[in-house]
This record gives sequence, C-alpha cells and structure tokens, in this order.
Amino acid sequence: MDEVRLIEVKEGILADNKKTAEALKQSLKSKKVFMVNLMASPGSGKTSLILKTIEALRKDLTIGVIEADLDSKVDSEKIAAQGIKAVQLKTGGFCHVDATMVAKGLDAMNPDGFDLIFIENVGNLVCPAEVDTGAALDAVILSVPEGDDKPLKYPVIFAAVDVLVVNKMDFMELCDFNLEAMKERVRALNPGIAIFEVSSRTGQGVEEWSNWLKNKVREYQA
Amino acid sequence: MHELPVIESILKVSLSHGAKNNVQKIMAIHLQVGELSDLEDEWMQRYFDHLSKDSIAAGAVLKIERMPVVMNCEDCRESFQVDIKNVKDIVCPLCQGKNNKLISGREYFIKSMEVL
Ligand SMILES: Nc1nc2c(ncn2[C@@H]2O[C@H](COP(=O)(O)OP(=O)(O)O)[C@@H](O)[C@H]2O)c(=O)[nH]1
Ligand SMILES: [Mg+2]
Ligand SMILES: [Zn+2]
Repeated sequence: MDEVRLIEVKEGILADNKKTAEALKQSLKSKKVFMVNLMASPGSGKTSLILKTIEALRKDLTIGVIEADLDSKVDSEKIAAQGIKAVQLKTGGFCHVDATMVAKGLDAMNPDGFDLIFIENVGNLVCPAEVDTGAALDAVILSVPEGDDKPLKYPVIFAAVDVLVVNKMDFMELCDFNLEAMKERVRALNPGIAIFEVSSRTGQGVEEWSNWLKNKVREYQA
Repeated sequence: MHELPVIESILKVSLSHGAKNNVQKIMAIHLQVGELSDLEDEWMQRYFDHLSKDSIAAGAVLKIERMPVVMNCEDCRESFQVDIKNVKDIVCPLCQGKNNKLISGREYFIKSMEVL
C-alpha cells in the first residue's frame, strides 16, 4: 500500500502574476509609458471618464486604451471613433484582467511613443483589486447612484487604489449620497488616497482630475 | 464570479508541485485564504472538482483555513488584526493612528498537499 505523504508547497496563487506585473512595470517605465488601471462597477462611467479625460489631455499627451470590459466591441469602438488607439482584449468571460492579458494587449498596441495608456478593467469591484496588472496607477470610480456604502461592502478595492474618482456628481441632488461620510470611510481604509469629484456628463471636475493625472504622468516620465 | 481564475491558479500550482515531487495522486490541498476573500468553501470545492476531474488532483479535498486581516500602522509600525466586516474605523491599537496599510487578508496561499 502506498502511504500518504505531506509535501510543502508554500506558494501563493498571485506570485506568478506578480512577476509578470513587475516585468511589465519595468518595461513600461523604460519606455516612459504611464499605465492606469481603471476599475469600477458596470455602468459607473469608466468609458465616459476615459473619453472625457482624453478630450482634456489629448493636446498634451499621446493616449491609448486597452479595453477589457467584456468582449463586446462597444467601448473600444467608441474610443476608436475619437481617433484614439484602442485594443479590445479577449477576457473570455473572466472577471478581471491579469498582467499576462495586459501584456498581450500592450503587444497589440505597441506602446512605444504613448504617454498614457488606460486599462478599462472588467466591470466589478471585487477581484480586479486583488490582481496586479502592471499599471503604475490604480484607480477606482464610484458613481453617485451606486450609494455611499460601497467602501464598506468592497473594502479591498478602496484600500488598494491610489485614486478614487466619484463620478456622476450631477446625480447628487437625486440621491441620498453622503459624500463626506463616504470619504471618511475610504480614508479610514486608505489614508493616502487622492479623491476627485467629477461628472462625465457635465464635465464638472474633469479638468482638476485631468491635470492631476497629467502631473502624475510628467513626474513619472521625468 | 471570481472562482474560476482563482481555482484554476490553485490547480496549476498544485499540479506543478505534484509533477516536481513525482506524485501519483493528490488527496488533499491545505489552503490559507484571507478573510477578505468572498469565496465560499463549498463553491471553491465545486469549481475545483470540475476543473481537476481529468488530473491527478481529481477528488482532492480542499482543506481551507481562513486567515485574519492584518494591518500595519505607518506611524508606529505596530501590526494588528482587524475584524474588517464589523469595524467602521480602523485605528492602531497602540497609538490610535489612522495611517494603516493592509498587509494580509486577501491571499490564496497553498501551504501543503497530502499526496500518494
Ligand atoms: N448623468 C451622468 N451620466 C453618466 C455619467 N458618466 C457616465 N454616465 C452614463 O452612464 C452610463 C454608463 O456609462 P459608461 O461610461 O458606459 O460606464 P462603464 O460601463 O463603466 O464603462 C452611460 O449611459 C453614460 O452616459 C455622469 O457623470 N453623469
Ligand atoms: Mg465601459
Ligand atoms: Zn500606531
């Protein structure tokens, strides 16, 4: 009879991805390409904010988009219609993108010469937070109609990002969204986080957010 | 929604260690899962059974240990556990500081395997 033995494994599942992400970060750094991983629920305004940001920054920066929000081409076509290079990833129904998928998107894009590349991550507040994409900046959008309790329900993502963009500020008076309470919750999880309030519909706050982002790109490239 | 890629990765790591160790069959996998994970034990096992059915890990039992959320205070460097689902304010128990960084609680760590 064979005997059951115990073997040590001691390996986390994200270790593999971490290596790929680190390699991506180095390669992008050497090319001075600033990559932003944009996460949020479906419908919170990821595509809209990307379009607004492109509008504000396209005269200063060369911008590209890696579109991962499911395999329909709706979003990438909207972006391409603005004359901006957009690559649609085949995420095969996965709930997030990992560094290997992003690397494929970058290959298709040929990142040389770009200043800023957005990844529109799959719409979901859960798993994208756990997976390093190789981006230099992690951002999450919370839109006002979603409610101010989201940082309580999805603490990981709010703890993990560099910046929170509160979108659909034009909905503020229609909702019982408590902005100050929400910010306090987020800062308790993540004291260093930057927070912007925008409306991708009216354009409110877009300039402030875009300028902040542009400075981040320039600092990174310096 | 997150089960598929997570379980696929767990299976991949397990099989690669199985191959390295000349394993005939994997009987059980000891996993440590951070408390911030929202995956249920039962569903993890079901996905695992499905994905592993044609491999040496078919029928293996996932033995899951939940690991606490640990944060580290940026001010005084104290590390402390947090019951993250039931607290509103995360403060350092030593200095009451609010500059705390998450250091663990979202991991999927394969500790060991029982094998033949
Ligand atoms: N009123 C309002 N609507 C918005 C705003 N941002 C996005 N939307 C709308 O919300 C819907 C979803 O936006 P979209 O950018 O496709 O979200 P995504 O799924 O996160 O990419 C669209 O109908 C947008 O026009 C905003 O700031 N205010
Ligand atoms: Mg979209
Ligand atoms: Zn402290």
